[in-house]
Amino acid sequence: MNRIGYVAFNTFREAVRDRVLYNLIAFALLISGAAVLVGEISIDIERLVVVNLGLTAVSLFGVVIAIFMGIGLVSKEIEKKTLYTVLSRPVRRWEFVVGKFCGLTGTLVVNTLFMAIGVFLALLYVAHRFVQADLWVLLALYFIVLEFLIVCALALFFSSFSTPVMSAVFTFALFVIGSLAEDLRGFARITDGITGALATGIAYLVPNFSAFNIIDLAAHGATVPGRLILYNTAYALLYSAMAISGAVLIFQRRNLK
Amino acid sequence: MAAIEILDLEKTYHVGFWRERPKLALRPLRLTIEPGEVFGFLGPNGAGKTTTLKLLMGLVSPTAGTARILGMDFDDPRVKRQIGFLPEQPYFYDYLTAQELLTYYAQLSGVPAKGRAKRIEEMLERFGLTGSARLQLRKYSKGMLQRVGLAQAILHDPKVVFLDEPMSGLDPMGRREVREMIQQMRNEGKTVFFSTHILSDAEALCDRVGIIYQGDLRGVGAVADLMSEARRRVEIIFCSPNVPAELTRLGVEARVSGDMVNAVLDEEKQEAALEILRREQIRLISLTPVRSSLEEYYVQKLRPRENGKGAGA
Repeated sequence: MNRIGYVAFNTFREAVRDRVLYNLIAFALLISGAAVLVGEISIDIERLVVVNLGLTAVSLFGVVIAIFMGIGLVSKEIEKKTLYTVLSRPVRRWEFVVGKFCGLTGTLVVNTLFMAIGVFLALLYVAHRFVQADLWVLLALYFIVLEFLIVCALALFFSSFSTPVMSAVFTFALFVIGSLAEDLRGFARITDGITGALATGIAYLVPNFSAFNIIDLAAHGATVPGRLILYNTAYALLYSAMAISGAVLIFQRRNLK
Repeated sequence: MAAIEILDLEKTYHVGFWRERPKLALRPLRLTIEPGEVFGFLGPNGAGKTTTLKLLMGLVSPTAGTARILGMDFDDPRVKRQIGFLPEQPYFYDYLTAQELLTYYAQLSGVPAKGRAKRIEEMLERFGLTGSARLQLRKYSKGMLQRVGLAQAILHDPKVVFLDEPMSGLDPMGRREVREMIQQMRNEGKTVFFSTHILSDAEALCDRVGIIYQGDLRGVGAVADLMSEARRRVEIIFCSPNVPAELTRLGVEARVSGDMVNAVLDEEKQEAALEILRREQIRLISLTPVRSSLEEYYVQKLRPRENGKGAGA
């Protein structure tokens, strides 16, 4: 296990002990409450409601954790000076940043895994069996995890030069704008001149989170094109890598006063 | 080969948001520390001690100059395997136990997996942490955290150890413990570079000290030499209801108590003072040399430039 792995494991362990996974209790209460309620009042749309509600909750819970942990990943270590005893060892700054990122994404994956179990248990409760269309729920969860990668990388990027509060604001704002990226691209297509160029630039610069949202398709059991899996995976990896590289470049030059 | 060679290391920060202005934190610093030496870096708060240590640790980048540690460039990754660092008032990961923290640091420092656990156990025992090794660090007292800090600094058996204010905020017992631990490091042949503003600690532990003030190194030398270099003074006690005018003109600091006068003056004025007492037929009770303390030297080194005059090293 290399140094990145050690930093990642320590980040994961700290997050778990810092009771980050306690959000699962809130999620479990929400999803089981919803399942019971839906079972009582809906006719034939139980699956639709549980998938929609469950996946939206998974996404929101994860994004909130990704933002709030992401902005503190490095800044908290600087503020508390824990970084000093790490960087005075043979650990390069980029290894530290990448390790922290991996640690947080690991935490989010484990968190999502538990929430996914919750969603499937709720599905089983309302539908009494699994159907083949439930596989799309798994794919939707995979896209949500990809979404977390980008959010986490953005939070880390902003926190490399900004205060935690501003980093949270920037990341959340980008998440909201990115979730409307398709609309932004549509707007760019119908405008021309400087406004059109500007809108196109912004539309392609902000992360396109709307491409990751297949919750509705999964809820209706609709088929998701195979190339979307490839595109989304490549896009998420590339976008996160760029944000992390930016964070590393800034952090590399930063004086730890 | 010197353990540490600081070659005109300099740091200027830029402060201010709209209109950045330079703030000099460290003037070009040139300093050499020999292997096995315990070197005390003295100065008041904000003098540039921590900046120097952060520069050497690569936590801040120098504006100019460089440094060599064990013959290698200070930013050479190989150097990091050979050095240990304790920051001022260290804070560690709250939710880890001492054992987990030391394991993490040992992994990062490249301590081989074989023998790692044994080394950690040795450290815990040496620093009196065996009983609390499985307790999370948020439950530790300040003194215990400092011991963890020292343990992590020498965990990988470094040749050079940097300690930033290691006694800061500790009670007398804690300070004594840290002193003993630094002495033990010296006995093991490690080079220790530590910053402090507690002069008695430096006097007790250091082979040499450097005095820094406002980012400027004011004096360096062996503790014994520095103390003798400082102004030698004598204390004269004699029987008299008042201080003779001639003696006052010599610049003595005198205190009258009853029929006795206690006067302190520079050693070179001793003969003149005794001559005055003889002439005035005043009975001399005692004449004792006043031992120059490091504190006196320290104050002496800081004072002149505060008044706008020059100071020599």
